Amino acid sequence: MKAQTFDVKSVFKLGGLGGFTLLYLSLVGLVSNFVTRDVISKTMSLSFAFVIITTFLFGYLTARRTSRRNWFYAVGGGVMSGAIGIACLIILVLLTAPLNLQAVFVNASPALIKVLTFGKEPFTAGLLPLTGWAVVSSLTGAMVYMLPPNIRRAVIAGVVAVIAIGTLAQLLSDVVENIFALLGNKRASGALLKIFFAKKGLSVSGAAIIFVLTILVSAFSAWRKQIVAAKEQSGAAQTQTPKEIKIAVWIVSLLVILLLPNIFGSYLSEIVVTVAIYTLMGFGLNIVVGFAGLLDLGYVAFFAIGAYTMALLTSNQMGQTTELVNTGLSFWAALPISIGVAVLWGIILGVPVLRMRGDYLAIVTLGFGEIIRVLALSNFLQPKIGGAQGILGIAKPVVFGYELVSSQQLYYLVVAAALLAAYVSWRMRDSRAGRSWMAMREDEDVAEAMGINLIKTKLLAFATGAAFSGFAGAIFAAKLGSIYPASFNLLVSINVLSLIIVGGIGSLPGVVIGAVALVGLPELLREFSEFRMLIFGALLVGMMLFKPEGFWPAAAQKRELHEFESEEVEAHPASEAA
Amino acid sequence: MRLNLKNLSIVDSLLWLIRVVVIVLVLWGSIAGLTSGRVDGEGWGQFFVRCTTSTDVGTIQCMGKYSAETWRDFFIFGLAQGGIYALIALGYTLVYGVLFMINFAHGEVFMSGAFTAYFVAASFSDSGFMDQNPVLALGVVMLVSMVTSTIVAVLLERIAYRPLRRAPRLVPLITAIGASYFLQYTFRGLYGSGKKVYPDVAILTGKWMVFGIPILKTQVVVFVAAVILMVGLYYFVQKTKTGKAMRAVAEDKDVAMLMGIDVDRVIVITFATGAAMAGAAGVLYGLLFKQVDFIMGFIPGIKAFTAAVLGGIGNIPGAMVGGLFLGIFESVGPSLFLEGLGVPAAYQLKDVIAFTMLVLVLIFRPSGIMGQNLSDKKA
Repeated sequence: MKAQTFDVKSVFKLGGLGGFTLLYLSLVGLVSNFVTRDVISKTMSLSFAFVIITTFLFGYLTARRTSRRNWFYAVGGGVMSGAIGIACLIILVLLTAPLNLQAVFVNASPALIKVLTFGKEPFTAGLLPLTGWAVVSSLTGAMVYMLPPNIRRAVIAGVVAVIAIGTLAQLLSDVVENIFALLGNKRASGALLKIFFAKKGLSVSGAAIIFVLTILVSAFSAWRKQIVAAKEQSGAAQTQTPKEIKIAVWIVSLLVILLLPNIFGSYLSEIVVTVAIYTLMGFGLNIVVGFAGLLDLGYVAFFAIGAYTMALLTSNQMGQTTELVNTGLSFWAALPISIGVAVLWGIILGVPVLRMRGDYLAIVTLGFGEIIRVLALSNFLQPKIGGAQGILGIAKPVVFGYELVSSQQLYYLVVAAALLAAYVSWRMRDSRAGRSWMAMREDEDVAEAMGINLIKTKLLAFATGAAFSGFAGAIFAAKLGSIYPASFNLLVSINVLSLIIVGGIGSLPGVVIGAVALVGLPELLREFSEFRMLIFGALLVGMMLFKPEGFWPAAAQKRELHEFESEEVEAHPASEAA
Repeated sequence: MRLNLKNLSIVDSLLWLIRVVVIVLVLWGSIAGLTSGRVDGEGWGQFFVRCTTSTDVGTIQCMGKYSAETWRDFFIFGLAQGGIYALIALGYTLVYGVLFMINFAHGEVFMSGAFTAYFVAASFSDSGFMDQNPVLALGVVMLVSMVTSTIVAVLLERIAYRPLRRAPRLVPLITAIGASYFLQYTFRGLYGSGKKVYPDVAILTGKWMVFGIPILKTQVVVFVAAVILMVGLYYFVQKTKTGKAMRAVAEDKDVAMLMGIDVDRVIVITFATGAAMAGAAGVLYGLLFKQVDFIMGFIPGIKAFTAAVLGGIGNIPGAMVGGLFLGIFESVGPSLFLEGLGVPAAYQLKDVIAFTMLVLVLIFRPSGIMGQNLSDKKA
């Protein structure tokens, strides 16, 4: 056993890392761009929250690394790490003006300095409170680490909840208002909103209530888990959920789905529609990548083909922008054709790549996607499909004489499509085709030896995937009423692939979760538009490093990715026994 | 992979059909393009005789829409741009050779160097240092670019790739895609989203006579620099001890480890070498195309990957040949056979040519022009 000394080196290392993170956040612009965005009204802006959270996090990490569960070490480590971190930031603040850093780093601006020094004049007067806050939050982080694990988890959940709700305060207060409006009780909503929300962000009282509530809830759930675990250990029979409750859950979720557009209002409904379109595509790609193991990076091609087919068939302005004539088909007549064309292209593009696997397949499909986008954009095809000007005047779907125009109305169509896709992929997964896909994913040669026709199986996967994507494209075209080649870039493919991976590859609920996390959240955080892709990239890397199986992994994937670890665990007792 | 014979023939015949169609299109387009100068009513024989016997070969009638000078300029521009592709392609090839992984973020490594070095170049240009001492100034700019790219690549390897070395192949690929976006938008945050224009270098304006052919000085410098760097790299990998270690790790990591090679260190060096080449390519790109911005890495990245595949991924001379080949094809191709096919504004489709080549090479000859087939073994 090593002597229990205070590990100064680690403290410096982590403090330095913290400082680097702070510098990064400042220079990238996350700190200076959210001054007016309050998490807690008039108390903490989002900008300042970034600084506080970083120092808190690195205080926590320092304590974890160096405290050895000794309170003195924890306090020392927390304070030192916070001080080192903030020192880096102070150096930046002091050097910005003399070195004219803004000439290179656009965000090393007077605005940044103003944020960091609380707008004090001269700015050096603000450095002391900045240091104070950073050290205190770092110390708090270290202290939180020293709490017993259950309480620690609850406190962290509380902090996360306050910040998350505070960031989304505006939207959430709208949702609450809509719910009460639906129930016909305006007065109660006003009162409730006043407690929790201020003009911008959470009110102080709201933040406190949410913090305490979250702590209570997470403590309660931890306590329940313990009880359940104890029961299971004592061998009590597993309690089966009664049938009535199951039915009630179904009815409630159906009601929620039906009422959602009214609760959410038009802005959130718009987001839900986008999420549902991506979910639809996600189900399709999940078949190709998740079930059949064919890595497709050009999935947007089929989305584009579906959308363009829908546009060409239903647009009422074909004669004006292109040489083709109006066919005047309705949405419903054009839909099967769009899907059919997408399937056809799925097969056409699938045949040449039948022999490829892994990275090469990914790159070839990426090439296909890019070729289709560049062609759609070019003057070459402009007489046919409109080039960069796109196609306008696409018909809206009509249901029983009602035209679905707004996203609150389209919502039902899109959700129905997504549910259909979910049902189809669920049934296909457990069918003969699904089992062949999975056999092929695990090992092509063995699958073939078992009598699976690889060509048919692969083409079926490509065709099904293309069908879902074409379906999504057709709805997308109808939703927007006009399409442009710019909508069909590589990012769509990447997004869809990422969402099924973040959700858990091969898992159906994972697709929905992934779509909400990767498409819904960025849409919600519109003010972050500049930083969306930054956060997206970081999230993708972080996810792969720490939770590669996704949020809701399919059983097989979980096994594969943890094979290595579980082998070790299994091997361990054996070696001990020896 | 063995396939059912009956199905095999169907797929095979389809693949052959694709080959034939592509070849016919390219040939037909080229011929139609080159002979578009045929005068109305003139027979093929007459046209051929006129063009081969005429004293002014290379006039507009015999070379399609463009004069021989224009074709030569296309070709030379293609060489210069191909040199840049080749330098970037080296990074893909080196990393793939060692880790069997497509470093999707390599285009961003290239961008980071070019974008950072711009600020040095601009300040040198403002202070007049660039014109007083151009060689030294450009050397410093290039060094800054190479160092920046190297730092970015080493950090990338350390943070994003190393923990995933034993993960299933999809995982590092997704990580690389994520890292690519992260880097793009980090540099957008740092330096802003505007396009920056590399300053003109006084001694590089105008043309030099090379073997009696006037060539833009920047193109000469870019091509020569690219060749020098590639030759240097080739000797580094073939002759030095580190290079030998690199090849050993590429051959078999476990055995290399048994031979006392520090595999982690070699992998870092591999990333660093590839990144340094990409950084150098960044400055050359700045000189040739002038504009840099935060998304500049994507398209050259994909094209360089194409070049690497074209030459046989994992194969260093292959990447060089592939890069030059792709650069020339892309520069000459649109005017040669797309315009011959009657495509309007054919230059818009030069990316299509690059991607189509990528697709065709991967489908029909995944081993590339001069590589051995790795795809069966690892892909």
